[in-house]
Amino acid sequence: MVKVTDSDEDIAIRVRGLVNRFGTQTVHQGLDLDVYRGEILGVVGGSGSGKSVLMRAILGLLEPQGGMIEVLGRQVDGSGQSLQALRRRTGVLFQDGALFSSLTVRENVEVPIRTHHPEIGDELRCELARLRILLTGLNLDACGKYPAELSGGMRKRAGLARALALDPELLFLDEPTAGLDPIGAAAFDELLRTLADALGLTVFLITHDLDTLYGICDRIAVIGDQRILVSGRRDVVEAFDHPWVRDYFHGPRARQAKQAQQAQENY
Amino acid sequence: MSEGLQFNRDSEQPERLVASGDWRLDHASNLERIVAGVSGEARVVDASGIEYLDAAGAFLLLRAARRLSLEPGDIELRDEHRPLFDVIVSALEGEGERETEPPPLWREWLGGIGLVVTGAGGNFRLLVGFLGLALSRWATTLFRPSQWRVTATVFHMQQTGLNALPLTALLAFLVGAVVAYLGATVLRDFGAELFVVDLITYAFLREFGVLLTAILLAGRTASAFTAQIGTMKSREEIDAMRTLGLDPVVLLVLPRLLALLVMLPILALLATVAGFLGGLAVSVLALGIEPNMFLTRMQEAVTLQHYLVGLVKAPLFAATIALIGCLEGFKVAGTAQSVGEHTTSAVVQSITLVIVIDALAAIFFMEMGW
Repeated sequence: MVKVTDSDEDIAIRVRGLVNRFGTQTVHQGLDLDVYRGEILGVVGGSGSGKSVLMRAILGLLEPQGGMIEVLGRQVDGSGQSLQALRRRTGVLFQDGALFSSLTVRENVEVPIRTHHPEIGDELRCELARLRILLTGLNLDACGKYPAELSGGMRKRAGLARALALDPELLFLDEPTAGLDPIGAAAFDELLRTLADALGLTVFLITHDLDTLYGICDRIAVIGDQRILVSGRRDVVEAFDHPWVRDYFHGPRARQAKQAQQAQENY
Repeated sequence: MSEGLQFNRDSEQPERLVASGDWRLDHASNLERIVAGVSGEARVVDASGIEYLDAAGAFLLLRAARRLSLEPGDIELRDEHRPLFDVIVSALEGEGERETEPPPLWREWLGGIGLVVTGAGGNFRLLVGFLGLALSRWATTLFRPSQWRVTATVFHMQQTGLNALPLTALLAFLVGAVVAYLGATVLRDFGAELFVVDLITYAFLREFGVLLTAILLAGRTASAFTAQIGTMKSREEIDAMRTLGLDPVVLLVLPRLLALLVMLPILALLATVAGFLGGLAVSVLALGIEPNMFLTRMQEAVTLQHYLVGLVKAPLFAATIALIGCLEGFKVAGTAQSVGEHTTSAVVQSITLVIVIDALAAIFFMEMGW
């Protein structure tokens, strides 16, 4: 499990004083966040609170107006070299998988290996891609299919396989269970937990899904009012006094999700 | 690169293989070579010397075990590597069913041709059916002025007609000039440069005025119709209309069809005039034909029959373009990619059909002696 200490060793992502602005609209103002190594951090917040913007800033997809972001001990800035090095060590699953539509599933998974490890031969690359596809719970039938031929759940699994292709230390997930039916969502949660434990991943997970939050997250961070309102273990976050946090964690849906979680723990 | 990558037999126990170093994706190609080198008898693989193991490393370790005909259980691992290894082993258990092989290339190629042919046949039937649907809806709304979409029709008249005018006029003017030059080059040998006027008059009245306009609108308007309706289709707006009891054909197709039926003949007329002007400009400036002469000669050449032979094709082209544009829009299925594909298809189909219809009409009119 996670040691909650503040030594540099244990922090995978460190964000300090982040400022993001689009035109006159301020999304983040002095946002601080720590993600510890080996944990699954669930990031929640209302629509438009800037969850995805935060993820994009950490990934270096957009340049913040101010503040500092450090990922795996490297500062994320405009310079291509440090970003390129980070790309090898991070995997990203976008909302709908973001698979390349002109490539089959297996070719999609091969893309990161081909890009970062051109020295690996065709045969081994193919085998490694198939391993990731199997790891994410897809059949090998899916290998030769194009993304348009897959269901939403399968596309997400294929996207996850691509995100895991380089054996990353850090995994970013943007609403992995959105648009899945409850059974599919539960199966995906379980898959994430298993893979995160087995592969020793640090996971940054944006979600709306309370079941995901209660089921697999080690810690929770709440975004609101342009900063992180509170982050910590579930009980800490639940006890936090803020209208949005209270509505979110003590609403009827949250109660149900909590009960379901407790029932599962007892079972 | 291969820092301390080792996979050797123990010096004291030859049936024991010892692995050490970093078994990671970074060294995968080295590891693959090392693993390919192992063979012979072995009873145990001691992998506890491995510093760092990832999924690729675990996969290659398993491959080594398979080469030595060992079970995954015969691999000794550090405790921290055990969960990863177990996940990989259980994932690979499902590997029994192989990837389905794609069919041979020649079969795919042949199948592709078949698909195109049947697709073209199906497309044509759909188009004819769509024409019938549009006509029947038109007939039913004709006597119900409350269902007339006047605003939408006028809007599309502006979009497809007025806004296309400058481009159409420019193109026709330039083609007129080119035809005049071409004609002059051939006719000069016979000393019959004056016949350039006849050539331009016939060409633009009978063919080019309408054809140029139709080709331009096929590119400009058919694609716009497909993109508009396709976007609505992909956002389920069409389905929303149906559930509200609105008829998408009346709402979307009829205004576009009517707008084009009205505007294409008008544009064609203006294009004809622009083509004459192009020919006139070249004749006067480059061929030395007096403007008076040009106009007199033209007056002799122009007959109502030539004009009608050209103009009668305009509604045909208009209907073709509008219907193909709308139909392709309705065929869009969900994704943005599909909108793009059908837009391309609409342009290709409408330009092709316009030219085919024009050629058939030309043959028909010639045979009839009109």
